[in-house]
Amino acid sequence: MANTETARPLRWHERLAHPGQFLAWSRHLLWPLALLGALLFAWGLWLSLFASPDDYQMGATVRIMYIHVPNAWLSQLTYGVMAVSAIGTLVWRHPMADVSMKAAAPLGAVFTVLALFTGALWGRPTWGTFWEWDGRMTSTLVLLFIYLGLIALWQAFDDKLRAARLVAVVTLVGAINIPVIKFSVDWWNTLHQPASVFVEGGPRMPMSILMPLLVMTGAFTVLFLLLHTVSMRTEVMARKLSALERRRALEPGK
Amino acid sequence: MTGFLAVLRREVQLARVGGGDLMTLLLFFVLVGALMPFAIGPDKALLSRIAPGVVWVSALLALLLGLDRLFRSDFEDGSLRAFHNATISLEAIVLAKLVAFWLTVILPLLIAVPVHALLLGMNGDILLRTLVSLGIGTPGLLALGAIGAAVTVSLRHGGLIGPVLILPLAVPVLIFGIGAVSPPPAPGADRVALLFLSALSLVLVAIAPFVAGLALRLSED
Repeated sequence: MANTETARPLRWHERLAHPGQFLAWSRHLLWPLALLGALLFAWGLWLSLFASPDDYQMGATVRIMYIHVPNAWLSQLTYGVMAVSAIGTLVWRHPMADVSMKAAAPLGAVFTVLALFTGALWGRPTWGTFWEWDGRMTSTLVLLFIYLGLIALWQAFDDKLRAARLVAVVTLVGAINIPVIKFSVDWWNTLHQPASVFVEGGPRMPMSILMPLLVMTGAFTVLFLLLHTVSMRTEVMARKLSALERRRALEPGK
Repeated sequence: MTGFLAVLRREVQLARVGGGDLMTLLLFFVLVGALMPFAIGPDKALLSRIAPGVVWVSALLALLLGLDRLFRSDFEDGSLRAFHNATISLEAIVLAKLVAFWLTVILPLLIAVPVHALLLGMNGDILLRTLVSLGIGTPGLLALGAIGAAVTVSLRHGGLIGPVLILPLAVPVLIFGIGAVSPPPAPGADRVALLFLSALSLVLVAIAPFVAGLALRLSED
């Protein structure tokens, strides 16, 4: 099954780069990641819904934050993963880089949609409005459009290798939006709450609220790792399948 | 320099020969603006308040429509491959094309803006500010558009995918462009917006030849 025709054992970076090797070792990641994710979600949801206090201003609606903030962070983290993969594609021609980039795009789009949606649900009882065109919300919406545009660009090409490199170029151009999202609440003093976790002097939150937030962030991150790995495996298998189909089509008729 | 000017002259001549294209773009630009009173209602006060925004959006849309001609015909007839052997770099050629495009397409659009002023009830001061902000902002929009055009040049049915990629990134230019025209929320805010707009345009024009050059090279092989 595995065609290890090499005369010497593969080094660690070769195990990472070769798609077939990737399929072999990533299979062992799936169940551990799934179990870890399930545990973290169970713990995080228990903390968020039952073991943490209401906010003195917002009441129970603060619990939406435990879903909203991790999704928002992950939408940006996913773009970071895509940007690093894009550099891997353009600079090093790494074989798995474009697989990683392609797999991450739909995940990032969904995280962004969830962040915007939960943010809207939270905004209505808290600020009285589902949506405002303030700095952070506008730049997150722009992020969603960039994700969707990248997915559309992938579909538009027939030659997937050329598609990978061109999508990498556009991904890197769009990466400028990520610092804009991060600093938008500092630059424009409008509706969205300014940074309260990653600030000088430590987080401005009590541990009772910070703890569920961190656990839920961990849970969503593990979920992202799991889905990203599964998606990459699927992409590698799909490419193998289409290569086999193409080879079969070239054979004299059966 | 002579190579740069030669490419510039070639582009201007090509644009002049294929003149009908330009008329269509101008007409589209004016029509989109003229459509607004029908869609929004003839309320003069409202129209004059949104007029700069309408002009900016119409200019952006007309620019996006015209972008296809930037690289596609050269890609299809092999001139792009010939450019690889030119005495000046591909990036310099892209810059020359951008300058030519601005002169042959954007400049006529700007000249047509007073028609919008008439239809939408812009007063002289607002018209002047709009022209200035457009003059500074359109090179930036053009630079972004060139990146989109270069990335999609190898697609047979490129269609709208180039504009769709560019529009989210054009949002900051639009925000500052309008900020430079509208009555400022704080004194001096419009001047700040104009400075930001200039900075954006300068940065975009500076990096676009390199990004577009890379995309063109990737589309070739």
